[in-house]
Amino acid sequence: MYENKRLGFLFVLPFVLGVLLFKLFPFVMSFALSFTQYDLIDPPQYVGLENYRELALDDPLFRKSLGVTLLFAVLAVPLRVVFALFIAHVLNFRLRGINFFRAAFYLPSILGGSIAVAVLWRFIFAKHGLVNLLMTQAGLEPIAWLADEHYSMWTIVLLFTWQFGSAMVIFLAALQNVPVSLYEAAECDGASKLQQFWSITVPLITPVIFFNMIMQMVHAFQEFNGPYMITEGGPLSSTYVLALYIYDQSFRFFNLGYGAALSWVLFALVGSLSAISFWSSKYWVFYAGEKEQRK
Amino acid sequence: MSASNMQPPGGVSGHPWVRYIALGLVALVMLYPLLWLIGASFKSNSEIFTEVGFWPQRFDFSAYAKGWKTSTEYTFATYFLNSFLITIPRIIVTVISCVLVAYAFARFEFWGKKILFSIMVGTMMLPLIVLRLPQYLVFRELGWLDSYLPLIVPSAFATDTFFIFMLVQFLKGIPRDMEEAAQIDGCNALQLLWHIIVPLLKPAIVSVIVFQFIWTMNDFMGPLIYLASVEKYPVSLALKMSIGATEEVEWANVIAISVVALIPSVAVFFAAQKHFIEGATSSGVKG
Repeated sequence: MYENKRLGFLFVLPFVLGVLLFKLFPFVMSFALSFTQYDLIDPPQYVGLENYRELALDDPLFRKSLGVTLLFAVLAVPLRVVFALFIAHVLNFRLRGINFFRAAFYLPSILGGSIAVAVLWRFIFAKHGLVNLLMTQAGLEPIAWLADEHYSMWTIVLLFTWQFGSAMVIFLAALQNVPVSLYEAAECDGASKLQQFWSITVPLITPVIFFNMIMQMVHAFQEFNGPYMITEGGPLSSTYVLALYIYDQSFRFFNLGYGAALSWVLFALVGSLSAISFWSSKYWVFYAGEKEQRK
Repeated sequence: MSASNMQPPGGVSGHPWVRYIALGLVALVMLYPLLWLIGASFKSNSEIFTEVGFWPQRFDFSAYAKGWKTSTEYTFATYFLNSFLITIPRIIVTVISCVLVAYAFARFEFWGKKILFSIMVGTMMLPLIVLRLPQYLVFRELGWLDSYLPLIVPSAFATDTFFIFMLVQFLKGIPRDMEEAAQIDGCNALQLLWHIIVPLLKPAIVSVIVFQFIWTMNDFMGPLIYLASVEKYPVSLALKMSIGATEEVEWANVIAISVVALIPSVAVFFAAQKHFIEGATSSGVKG
């Protein structure tokens, strides 16, 4: 029965239709739209590369937004991945009550995307919010987190880092596959715990580090709820990420052609960064079993 | 197996309590904002902005009552009902379509299987934001704007590829003996799916339900783009509105209602916690 090709195709048909209708068609359509001017009222007008020319040369807000997005990704992705790896490493030791901690660290990843948490965040970084209350008690000067362009970025970076749980569970699974015999051998040779971590753990799980980096990058470049709800892109556009700019152009100002061009820039950015990580991965990712094959 | 197996108990770096303290501290820092939020929902507006501790001086439920009523003509009962009207149908169509497709990928041979599977993995990397605008135009053509259809119908076509991937991984780990026996007994493909595959897949299906429940409850951008009338707003949009409506935000009310908004997701998370962290791990995707 499982060799029945027609039956198999019948079962997979919803997916084929879904990809065509809701992924591929919109994907091509947004590319086509990016060469037009369209405001939903008049039919789209072909303008060639005008949208791309404008965003490259005449749009300071785009440049600002691009910079903000890159800064966000450069800060938030490594922070989240490093944190996830560190906590997974500590959790990997056999301890009682490990399930409690696993759940506690995972919970923010579940709730982090919700508007309720964004509200909470806005509120703990408010002028008299929890963070400033704690800082005053510690004898520090309170900081205008949401009103000062030098600090606003940190509020959304911290929200992103806070949700390290899903990267953590993936690391945890990988760590459990590292053979114990390697640690035992290292222990005999007198390697310290830190040396063991850098010379055994990290090299063996580089594929997973690599995987997490790419997935988190794809997420970071699309971050919307945090900047939209907490900082509203401000102050002085210091948190005006590309996702927010695309949303404004497309759904608030109804410059649909320009919005499409912007979203293709974002797509190209994510795509090329993924490609670079894939390409560079052969220099630093170790896949178990590879060496044996080469011999 | 874990690295601690070879450690002598009480070795220099092996004191478990050192790890407990480290883990406990991190957990405290991570969860304190949530705890404080819950405490703050019972506090007066002035206490919220002066008190670092999360335990309120006295329990005041009035913020809950006021927040629930909202400044609109609808209460949060309406908004919660709306959220469920989106979430429940979406979960149902997601489970049906994803199980069918995962079954095909994991068991059947068909033309283009390899390419389709690569496309499926590829679309997980595709930034959704590129698709939002044209999808909006398509739904506008269909006259679906300001309805729940754009939020539900795509899921009926297995567009949530993460779930397919998760189910395929799970199915591949299950031996085919039972299916072979059932085939000899004369089961057709649908009977096989219903009587053998679905029961075997149950833990993975629970993960799908839980993830889809929480993600749909959290979804903000979808409703923001597609819904125009306040009477159709889900909880996420209504919460946003409660902040945007007035310049002077009544924080106590907003916080109380944020706590309520988190309850369904937290409840589902703890009810299915074990299951679903494992589901996320075994599939190895989604950040």
